[in-house]
Amino acid sequence: MDLQAIAFYLLAAITVASGLLVITARNPVHSVLFLILAFFTAAGLFVMLGAEFLAMLLVVVYVGAVAVLFLFVVMMLDVDFSQLREGFSRYLPIGMVVGGVLAIEMILVATTVANRGAASLNAAPANPDAALPNAEAIGRVLYTDYVYFFQAAGLVLLVAMIGAIVLTLRHRPGVRRQNIGNQVARTPESGMEIVQIKSGEGLSE
Amino acid sequence: MTMNFQDALVLARPEVFLAGATLFLLVYGAFRGEKGMSEVSIGASLALFTAAAFAAIGPDGAAFSGGFIANSATRFAKVAVYLISPVAILLGDRWLGRVDNKRFEFPILILLAAIGMGMMVSAGDLISLYIGIELQSLALYVLAAFRRDDAKASEAGLKYFVLGALSSGLLLYGASLIYGFAGSTHFDVIAQSIQHGTTGTGVLFGLVFLMCGLAFKVSAAPFHMWTPDVYEGAPTPIVAFFAAAPKLAAMVLFARVLSEAFGSAIDQWRQIIVITAFLSVAIGAFGGLAQSNIKRLLGYSSIANIGYALIGLSAGTAEGMQAVLVFMVLYMIDVTGFFACLGALSRDGKSMESLSDFAGLARLRPGLALVLTALSFSVMGLPPFSGFWAKLFVFKAAIASGQWILAAVVLLGSVVAAFYYLRLIKTMWFDPAPGQTDTPPVEAKGVAFAAALFCFPLVLPAMAWLEPMARTAAVSFGLK
Repeated sequence: MDLQAIAFYLLAAITVASGLLVITARNPVHSVLFLILAFFTAAGLFVMLGAEFLAMLLVVVYVGAVAVLFLFVVMMLDVDFSQLREGFSRYLPIGMVVGGVLAIEMILVATTVANRGAASLNAAPANPDAALPNAEAIGRVLYTDYVYFFQAAGLVLLVAMIGAIVLTLRHRPGVRRQNIGNQVARTPESGMEIVQIKSGEGLSE
Repeated sequence: MTMNFQDALVLARPEVFLAGATLFLLVYGAFRGEKGMSEVSIGASLALFTAAAFAAIGPDGAAFSGGFIANSATRFAKVAVYLISPVAILLGDRWLGRVDNKRFEFPILILLAAIGMGMMVSAGDLISLYIGIELQSLALYVLAAFRRDDAKASEAGLKYFVLGALSSGLLLYGASLIYGFAGSTHFDVIAQSIQHGTTGTGVLFGLVFLMCGLAFKVSAAPFHMWTPDVYEGAPTPIVAFFAAAPKLAAMVLFARVLSEAFGSAIDQWRQIIVITAFLSVAIGAFGGLAQSNIKRLLGYSSIANIGYALIGLSAGTAEGMQAVLVFMVLYMIDVTGFFACLGALSRDGKSMESLSDFAGLARLRPGLALVLTALSFSVMGLPPFSGFWAKLFVFKAAIASGQWILAAVVLLGSVVAAFYYLRLIKTMWFDPAPGQTDTPPVEAKGVAFAAALFCFPLVLPAMAWLEPMARTAAVSFGLK
């Protein structure tokens, strides 16, 4: 067994195991940490495929931003997870049935893939020029062939932003905000009061 | 695709224009604040009318490497969507003003949803299909929860969001399987590889998931469970929006995917559509019987009506597609009128939602009672109202393709559903009124009267040009 195969099986096994632990861990913080581990090992698998750019994207975006945000949300929200888990055993049988059917179907599909070779029959290579670096190859199609999808995805993000503002922004009265104009206009006269105090008496409000 | 960028932009002119107008109005609204809501609403409505005009005169073709398609079907659907959306802006703008919740994001979100619908009907690729659906759905989730201080509206928004996310997951899973087996996300390449028989059953497996996701979006049974809850909880003018245009857009997208990408797998998808249509009609008709809340009732009614439209789709012929288009446009106008009536009626400042609230309406508000009666007759499918013509087209298409059982289902479903409309009419005309109602707002009343006028008698001259237009549009789906 060569080194690459060993690395693949190691990374794949860790990915699957941590994926399982994400949904079985009792502590939600542990779940998120296993999610991060799953992302990391998946990034490793991408590197092995020669897709360095995607690997870095996975680490930067999913680990760096999304998973850490999850962690904050899980730690800050006061959600009673033990209560959420109460329904687990009740729904376990039907869940097992649905999951079992899905698993059998997936296996059937996977064997079809193995037998027929699926897309390898007619798919174009993802990276036509091997000399081209990953990021450049993606950039060349992203802003030409896929410019429509790229811009439309931008609109989807705009909706998400507007939605977050519409649903959460509240203008509370009486909130003290920093006003730089006022701060700059402040003079020693307006900011200071000089009081003469008789010795031994102190200052009362 | 050898089309250059300028031509591509000309092809996508309605959506590009709408996107530009949205960004401009967003910045304008952000600077003007709540005071600017009416101006933003007017601007958004004008932008939608302009986009409808652009869509009506736009050229045919495919752009952006096949991701965007313009033909007579997209023209038909876009004009319908862009003309019905300003009605929702009108209803919602005034209503939000009355409940003291004026925020300029409302027309902006409607605009973004309209762009999403434009993308959906023009989709020629699984990626643009998905992005279009997400753009439209995300805007609708936010709109459903727009009154964030109202517990029911928030619940409706959350329910809609969670179930919508689930359906998007199903849809994406199906799309990835189709991509894996057919080797492309383009509809025409998928169609080719299915024809050559290189894809096997795997691609059908993906198709089933894709259809589940789409059935969710059009609220067809057995993926309908969110509809009554969301209709009940979300604000009435906003329900008026998402019961109408998004259903048409999703239906056209459904028809396009099935006919263009999976045209040669018609025998396979037809079975699924037949079962979905049957279940939708049955659940819509029988589920509505037990409802006392009129918005829930309309939710079930919309499930049944989507079932009728799916019967047209299951015919798998150009005639069937024509039936779908005519049916959806006529239904869209009916349902907008219905919800405009609900928005117009209130008692002591509380909107009238339960069936008993409507008792004696004929004496209190004879005009609106007459409108509701006409719309009920129309949705029931009584001649000469518009609903009759809609169902007639579906019926003809089903018979022509030899689906007698489904044609019988249309009739039976209509008979069962007639019960709850007749009950509403009886309550309005023959029961004693519990008390006075508030003065109905002008704009909701206006929309309600306009819809009733359309469903009879304006529908008769309108059919003269709606019918040939829908026929030209139906031909472009490429089915015989």
